[in-house]
Amino acid sequence: MNKNIILYGAILIFGIAAPFIFPAFKVQLSILCILIILAITWNVQGGEMGYNTFGNILFYGLGMYLCASVQVGMFFPLGEWTEGGGEKTFVHTPAQFFQGFAVGLAVAAVVPAIVAGLIGYSILGLRGHYFAICTLGLGVAAGEISGGIEIIGAGQGFTTPPFPNVDRLEARGEFFYFCSFIVLVFTFLAVKAIYSTRFKLVLNAIRDNEDKAEAMGIQTMKYKIIGWMISAFFCGLAGGIMGGLVGYIDSTDVAFDGREMGVFMVLMAILGGKGTLWGPVIGATLFHIFKEGFWTFFLGWQYVALGVLIVVIVIYFPEGIMGWLREKYPERFGEVVDEADRKAQVTLK
Amino acid sequence: MKIKNIIITFVSAIAILFSTSVVSFAKVVGDKIILGAAISLTGKYSSNGVHTQNGYNMAVDRINEMGGVKVGGKTYKFDIIYYDDESNPKRAAQLAERLISQDGVEFMLGPYSSGLTKAIAPVTEKYGVPMVEANGASRSLFTKGYKYLFAVLAPANLYLDVAIETAVALNGGKGVRIAQAFEQDAFSQDVRLGILDAAERTGSKIIIDDKLPKELNDMAATLAKVKAVKPDVLVVSGHTKGALTAIRQIAEMKVDVPMLAMTHCDAAKLSKQHGKNSQYALCASQWHKTLTYKDDFFKDGMTYAADFEKLFGYDPPYQSAESSAALLVFKDAFERANTFDQKKVRDALAATNMQTFYGNIKFAEGGQNVDKPMVLFQVMCDDAGKCENKVVAPLKWASAELIHPIPKWSER
Amino acid sequence: MLTLQAVLDGLLLGILFALIAYGMALQWGVMNIINIAQGDLVILGGYIAYFMYLYGIHPAWGVIVSPIIMYFVGVIIYKLVINKVVDRDLFISILATFGISILFMQLMNFAFGADVVLANSGYGTTMLFDNSVTLPNSKIFSAFISIVFAIGLVIYMKKSKLGRAIRATAQNARAAKILGVDTEKVYAATFGINAALCGVAGALISITFTIHPYMGLPYTIRSFMIVIVAGLGNLPGVAMSGMGLGVFEEFADYILGTEFRIGSVFLLLVLILVYRRFKLSRKREYLK
Repeated sequence: MNKNIILYGAILIFGIAAPFIFPAFKVQLSILCILIILAITWNVQGGEMGYNTFGNILFYGLGMYLCASVQVGMFFPLGEWTEGGGEKTFVHTPAQFFQGFAVGLAVAAVVPAIVAGLIGYSILGLRGHYFAICTLGLGVAAGEISGGIEIIGAGQGFTTPPFPNVDRLEARGEFFYFCSFIVLVFTFLAVKAIYSTRFKLVLNAIRDNEDKAEAMGIQTMKYKIIGWMISAFFCGLAGGIMGGLVGYIDSTDVAFDGREMGVFMVLMAILGGKGTLWGPVIGATLFHIFKEGFWTFFLGWQYVALGVLIVVIVIYFPEGIMGWLREKYPERFGEVVDEADRKAQVTLK
Repeated sequence: MKIKNIIITFVSAIAILFSTSVVSFAKVVGDKIILGAAISLTGKYSSNGVHTQNGYNMAVDRINEMGGVKVGGKTYKFDIIYYDDESNPKRAAQLAERLISQDGVEFMLGPYSSGLTKAIAPVTEKYGVPMVEANGASRSLFTKGYKYLFAVLAPANLYLDVAIETAVALNGGKGVRIAQAFEQDAFSQDVRLGILDAAERTGSKIIIDDKLPKELNDMAATLAKVKAVKPDVLVVSGHTKGALTAIRQIAEMKVDVPMLAMTHCDAAKLSKQHGKNSQYALCASQWHKTLTYKDDFFKDGMTYAADFEKLFGYDPPYQSAESSAALLVFKDAFERANTFDQKKVRDALAATNMQTFYGNIKFAEGGQNVDKPMVLFQVMCDDAGKCENKVVAPLKWASAELIHPIPKWSER
Repeated sequence: MLTLQAVLDGLLLGILFALIAYGMALQWGVMNIINIAQGDLVILGGYIAYFMYLYGIHPAWGVIVSPIIMYFVGVIIYKLVINKVVDRDLFISILATFGISILFMQLMNFAFGADVVLANSGYGTTMLFDNSVTLPNSKIFSAFISIVFAIGLVIYMKKSKLGRAIRATAQNARAAKILGVDTEKVYAATFGINAALCGVAGALISITFTIHPYMGLPYTIRSFMIVIVAGLGNLPGVAMSGMGLGVFEEFADYILGTEFRIGSVFLLLVLILVYRRFKLSRKREYLK
């Protein structure tokens, strides 16, 4: 237990100090935080519940548009803000900006969770790949449809309110870094807390055999919906922050970016190891580093490198890093292994 | 519990990785002025991204060959750091941030397309990094009061303005009926705004107003509507894919319209890919090689086109020409500022008033180039099926007369 | 007339989609693989036809050359990647083929350049009802070729030895193995045939529409949709739902506006799945 506290303390301190140690990497670090949040929340569905969703991007995009719309709409007419691709200029005072952003984030978290609850009953009744494809369809449809809605900028995109003019140049980066870091810590702790309750066991039961779980008297649908709402809540928050960070929302390329973010969150969780608490965190971190590295060193070839990486990950490390470690050092995961039994199993194969 | 140790090592490994990967490019290293650019090398805008990059590269080589940039009595050479923004605004914004804060770039060149420029402009503005961009034409870029953004091109809403006015003039000053189809992206939607304005001004009516999804390569439905309502002008804009798809399906469906106005004809190599089918298409362009502007580096448009073709093997579209011009503007501004101070370079840029092979360049308050009109050319083919783009408006440079109305398909 | 035009356009478009979906249904049914790279195989096939066109060969020959080349491309992909994911969770195959998909996009970008291209077939236009309904001959040609290939494949599946082996493997891979079917070979052939079908479709798309290295995904997703609506192993159903999708797209375009065309297709996918889910849940069954 003691070690745990030291570890978490160290990470917390590192997280707080990071933007000051690496001031040039603030935006990278903020994006890393967001990626980790997405991977953790995906893991609640894909890892613990066994529902491989591509649809979490829906909540992420929804959160992004909602946060920006509320931030604008609280002080200025939204329609005029986006008219003509955002030609008119309205300036938020610092107070307005931060108030708007706070309220925006709250809305960006709550509304996606409600949406998840509303559609959950219909969508979560599907299983296996039908669920995966249905959620994929949801994400793409949301992107295409939001691209046709005038009030949020339609095809011209939505420029989010620019960060107010404060004297320090670094303020914007720091603000968004700490926002995303705090949400990350919050997400991590919340998910960790949930994982220590019966709720996680129910989710695992659903993953392992939903019919049996139902036969045991568990209202699986209720738990599935709650699980999805939790994911949606944090995805929405992540989306809201990302919108502010990028500064420009485009329906299919930034918000409902299913082909990139939507798939990446799955890959990160799998790379790290699904069904573990730390797996998505490690996976997201490594993935981000890989990706940034490819960007720098394989200009133009980064997709080739990324494609090969993905194929290698899913073929050779489908259990992810944590799964691999667990296989290799089961004792360290608190599992008691009978060596003789293990050998017997290996020979059986 | 040793797993925690692994995690600790892991975290520190990342820390080390981050700290060692700081490769510091300063703005000026030795005799090099380093410019940063995020370009779409992959993704849906990659063809135009490559045109942009070719334009940049050609100008950099040319300026370096011809003696480089003289600042403070010393000669410097240009160098560009490229990143691939994957045609994605989110990536573009991150890359701008990265170029500025990680790589230490202090002067930027623009990306391709308005959407990406819109994503990058707030970042460069925040850091006070002067950016000369050549491919972000959206009008909303110039109404935001950006101080460090300079565009060598005319805003998007002016692209097809002339076409509508010409159509109205040919119609005896009475308003025309317009059908339009625009892709769902910032640039095309801005062209649409221009048409809406022009329509209002001239009393024209818009009878079809379609927005094409980005992934779509089929406009049969729109064209069927066009066929049914018979408008006087059909306007299509959707980067290269839009232009190619439109011509293919107009020819196949035998859609007769008196005037067909488009964008991106030259980037799409329309006359080469479609031959006679593309005949009579009226195209908005920032530049055409027959314009008579001159400068010291590329001489004039015809020489530029010939040199470009020698290097890259195709006729330069205007996207390449304007990108090359962006470098000339930077060179000029550096020499007049005679320093690398960002504020002073910015002021020098704002005071730019020069002629390049691409056109006159003079920036308005908002950063757009106000001294260069758009040109319209029409694809014209001879009997042998060889097609050429000929300038038809404005009259000053016209090398051919506008053919209006377009002959019906049955008579071609 | 507009309605008739829309229906005809939709049908011709839908037949082409159905051909792609047909390959998807085949591999899904036989190998339990969902191939995200389907659309990229289509585009690659299109480039083969385009290059023939560039070198002066009529692109229509692409429908013969392209599947032959693509068959081998398919077999190679199978040997390198797919055979390692065949018995695994379906989700793994989705991700692995997603990797292949972005790899292909990029390699095509390098190999063929980023330009949007097309191949001109030089076929004219058929005009009906005094020029008020137009049908490009290239579209009619592509629909015709699609039907020929689809029917040919159905017959091949029924009559040939390999076809029977494929069907046997689809029904029960283990039993087929016991009875002496080399399932490994069957899988390779299935994936090859799928790639070949994509090749045909690609060649046809280069004649009728435009191609670009990054244009594959919409084709993949449409073929998902068609297969899901039709159900696995229901080949006439694939053809029907393909055409239905084509017509639906055209009408969505007219009624809702072009901007919602693709969105409404995906919304339809979701609605169909949800509808089927509720229908099944009455019997306490579920879609799996």
